[in-house]
Amino acid sequence: MTVHTKGSGTTWVGRSIRRLEDPALVTGRGRFTADMPATHWVRFVRSGVAAGTIKNITAPEGASIVTAKDLAKLKPIRPMLSKFNYVAVGQPILADGVVRFTGESIAAVYAPSKDQAEDIADQIEVEISEGAPLIDAMDALAGDAPLVHADTKHNVIVEGRIATPGFEDVWKTAHKVLHVEARSHRQNATPMEARAGHAAYDGSTGRVTLTCTTQMPHLTRTAVCDILGIPESDLRVVAPDVGGGFGQKMSLAPEYVLLVWLARKLRSSVAWTEDRRENLIASFHSRDQHVQLEGAFDKSGKLLALRGDIVANIGAYSCFPTTCGVEPLMALAELPGPYDVRAYDCRSRGVMTNTCPMAPYRGVSRPVITFVLERLMDKAAAAFGIEPTELRRRNLIDKFPYTSATGLVFDDGSYKETMEMAIKAIDLDAFRKRQKTARDAGRYLGIGFATFSERTGYGSPAFAARGMEITPGFETVYLTIDPSGFVEARIGSSPHGQGLRTSLAQIIADEIGIDPEFIKVVHGDTDRSPYGWGTFASRSLVLSGGASLLAAQKIRAKLLKMASHFLEAAPEDITLQSGSAHVIGTDRSVTIASMARAAYHQTHIFKGEIEPGLTETGTYDPSGTFSNACHVAIVEVDIETGRVEMEKFLVAEDAGLIINPMIADGQVHGGVAQGIGNALLEEIIYDETGNILTSTLADFLPPTTREIPEIELHHVETLTGNSITKAKGLGEGGAIGAPAAVISAINDALSPFGISIDEMPATPQRIRAALRSSGKLPSNGKTA
Amino acid sequence: MKPAPFTRHVPRTVDEVVSALAEFAPLDGRILAGGQSLVPIMAFRMARPAHLIDINEVEGLDRLAVDGDYLSIGARVRHGAFHKPVIDGPLGKLLAFVVSHIAHYPIRMRGTFCGSLAHADPASEWCLVAATLDAQLVVKSVRGERIVPVTDFLEGIMSTSLAEDEFLAEARLPLLPDDTKFGFYEFSRRAGDFAMSAALVTYRLVDGVIADAHVGIGGAEDRARRITEAEDVLNGQAPSPELFVAAGEAAANAIEPLEDIQTTAEYRCDLVRAVTRRALERSLQ
Repeated sequence: MTVHTKGSGTTWVGRSIRRLEDPALVTGRGRFTADMPATHWVRFVRSGVAAGTIKNITAPEGASIVTAKDLAKLKPIRPMLSKFNYVAVGQPILADGVVRFTGESIAAVYAPSKDQAEDIADQIEVEISEGAPLIDAMDALAGDAPLVHADTKHNVIVEGRIATPGFEDVWKTAHKVLHVEARSHRQNATPMEARAGHAAYDGSTGRVTLTCTTQMPHLTRTAVCDILGIPESDLRVVAPDVGGGFGQKMSLAPEYVLLVWLARKLRSSVAWTEDRRENLIASFHSRDQHVQLEGAFDKSGKLLALRGDIVANIGAYSCFPTTCGVEPLMALAELPGPYDVRAYDCRSRGVMTNTCPMAPYRGVSRPVITFVLERLMDKAAAAFGIEPTELRRRNLIDKFPYTSATGLVFDDGSYKETMEMAIKAIDLDAFRKRQKTARDAGRYLGIGFATFSERTGYGSPAFAARGMEITPGFETVYLTIDPSGFVEARIGSSPHGQGLRTSLAQIIADEIGIDPEFIKVVHGDTDRSPYGWGTFASRSLVLSGGASLLAAQKIRAKLLKMASHFLEAAPEDITLQSGSAHVIGTDRSVTIASMARAAYHQTHIFKGEIEPGLTETGTYDPSGTFSNACHVAIVEVDIETGRVEMEKFLVAEDAGLIINPMIADGQVHGGVAQGIGNALLEEIIYDETGNILTSTLADFLPPTTREIPEIELHHVETLTGNSITKAKGLGEGGAIGAPAAVISAINDALSPFGISIDEMPATPQRIRAALRSSGKLPSNGKTA
Repeated sequence: MKPAPFTRHVPRTVDEVVSALAEFAPLDGRILAGGQSLVPIMAFRMARPAHLIDINEVEGLDRLAVDGDYLSIGARVRHGAFHKPVIDGPLGKLLAFVVSHIAHYPIRMRGTFCGSLAHADPASEWCLVAATLDAQLVVKSVRGERIVPVTDFLEGIMSTSLAEDEFLAEARLPLLPDDTKFGFYEFSRRAGDFAMSAALVTYRLVDGVIADAHVGIGGAEDRARRITEAEDVLNGQAPSPELFVAAGEAAANAIEPLEDIQTTAEYRCDLVRAVTRRALERSLQ
């Protein structure tokens, strides 16, 4: 069920039109990287050990093989941060003498088919002198731990601290202090399509076209060309249909660099399709964090101060372009969440280990810090003897703009309103009665609330504040009405499932009076689209939407001027609708198609007053805006087995003006499903030797439709001045709030046992172990 | 993720199967039935048979019929054949209830009953059914045929008493008397996942007390088997919540639990206690 607070009017914006992307995708006509034929197929030979020194690589007679010594002229992948004591470590394209994680590429072989390449790779023998691997970040921090990279101290690659002045004075005034020690285990974003790349050399131009399943084509081009030392004009990067990314595909895959290098060397086409095992062990991981958090509250339950210590296990290398600072620094800046707290002292470190490198994953740290902060709020509510929602009511921000203790500026939002809406919709009082009845019968139901903010659509200053050498900020849109009267919007964002083509077409349609079906949005091709940053961080609708609006406003102004020529009326008396310009209150009109034709072929009729052509550019670089939501989970915990059954999930959400409600709902649904998986199921597990035990989808467990309950959505639309379309981003919110809500619900269900589940995923084994430790289990498991 | 090279052989008769096995088993040959376990592990190159003897074209092996007092299940009978009761009476109902727990629909349309037994995954539902019901297994080779009780067939994790040149041609499940009650309960992380523990119980009620109790546990030990300690608790007693709790306790105490990095012996025993009691509760529903 979906409840929208704003009805649809005569505009395209606000309507659930069907996605323009879908006909091809649902009829098998999508075009994915792995569909492309190639002359040579690459298979990577990957390390079977987590740490060691390569002694020898032996290939069978006649095998085509590439090793690090062939790539001596290539620069390593070395993303930069200028702040936070960042140590700029480099990642070779193929392991150069040292292996640092299980799954790291040591060599690449190529053959005329995928199967042959795999057979040859199978025969490559790699002799490695094994070292002692570091798997857990806390072990890596120990004084006597070996170093994953020699340049770091205690394996710390990045360290930030924010401490507000006079913190200790505030802390001393606390009435109650609550403490949470939380653990978020490692996860893999698991896009349905794993990574794939195809590089084809063009003999006549000397250019290479790299087709790959990326979220950021232009950054891929920049990175590959920097590493190879070639001009960007020699490389075209194409992202065709991409089967999900979730952040895993926004970081540079070293494999793609190898493909381009090899295509140039062979003057041919080469391709690689990652298999699921490679994806699970050697693509990027995330969310492996230890967080300590203390909160000081006054007598009334008002949060006075937060003290935290965050350790993020970032793996063996630092990802390009964000650097591995993305997790620890995001956590550092956003830990206080949507609560009004003025005193803050937190340290956050990124720690290197012999594990697969970390990359952003939908939500980036916020699923973890929201879970930890909401645990703190729930514990405080219990300590004060009040409903968790009441404690939140006393602490949520409600005056805007609000500048946080970490210097973030929150624009207009509805933190309290969405929570009140959720409480009403879920009928909290009725649930409490049902919960009591169930408990009397030996059944343990629980409800969990998570209130949070989702920072979206931030421009270059926000990234500059983090000290990033590359500050992904602005977006540009080239908008053209061609002589045929059709519209083409070429964008720098690179959507891969978000429905952005449809949403942007709706924004443009309202401005220029042409229906969305005649508006083609072109993306994912560096030859066709303006330099842009791709799609990540819930940014594309705000930034590309804003740039689309700006470009469309210019086109609109020009169309009105032209129409004024044709219709002999003042521009302000003319409207654009359904493909024509109309003089208001008359039956006089001219089609936009005929004006477009004239703009190119009949320019003399404008007597030099209007420039030829019909192309405009819009560029948008906003300060950023915060979406917000309240998530509610209802669960039942089987205390005999520790199993959690999801009964219901509810989201009351505010992402500003909703462009396409159906698409917005879909984003929330997908994010919540991932969040439930994070909370209950998904975990990458290494053994002590650094081998991954969860290298198949029989062991790493994303949720299926059977594990996802009904999701009820409610929307509030707070119109912000921080986004010219009034839309905020919402790509990550589902994944940010759901884990906290689910864990909170589990803890609510188990409150009679006096235990606290502060670990994700909350597997049945962990829950059952905690229940045992409580000493309060009934002997037959049936009654408390 | 492609298998290492292999040669596929496609015999048409059981005689051709056993002679192909005699020839190729010593050369690292294996039987391919539904392939729902073998093919994925070949794709991971964890199994690298040089020869596959594909029995999917063999005539007669798709036979599913009652012979006297047992149900005969040929080596090509797919899981999906049991979606609806294959015979009247409790056995058909039992198999139809259990089959819905096996993986997912597409897998059930391809994987085979006998293949599950020969693969001998401790979590296999069919291994649990065979063990609980005292199945007899018909094993063939060029040397002839032998009939093996399930207790002598399942030897451990993915391990059976099949000789190199033998294949499982048929499984025989004893028919259950019409007044047989049964209950099955499985615990897995997600719908369709491997069971972390499962219990199957059958018994008859004679004058209000339990007779001929069979309590089978799967997924918890290295193989599925009957737990006589739990059966002893039940036989001769009237069903009651307390009795079922006691049977669960007996089962949990009797097993030698599998452990892994996530799952302690203690937790596995917790699950066995729960699934046994719940299977018994279901037997009365």
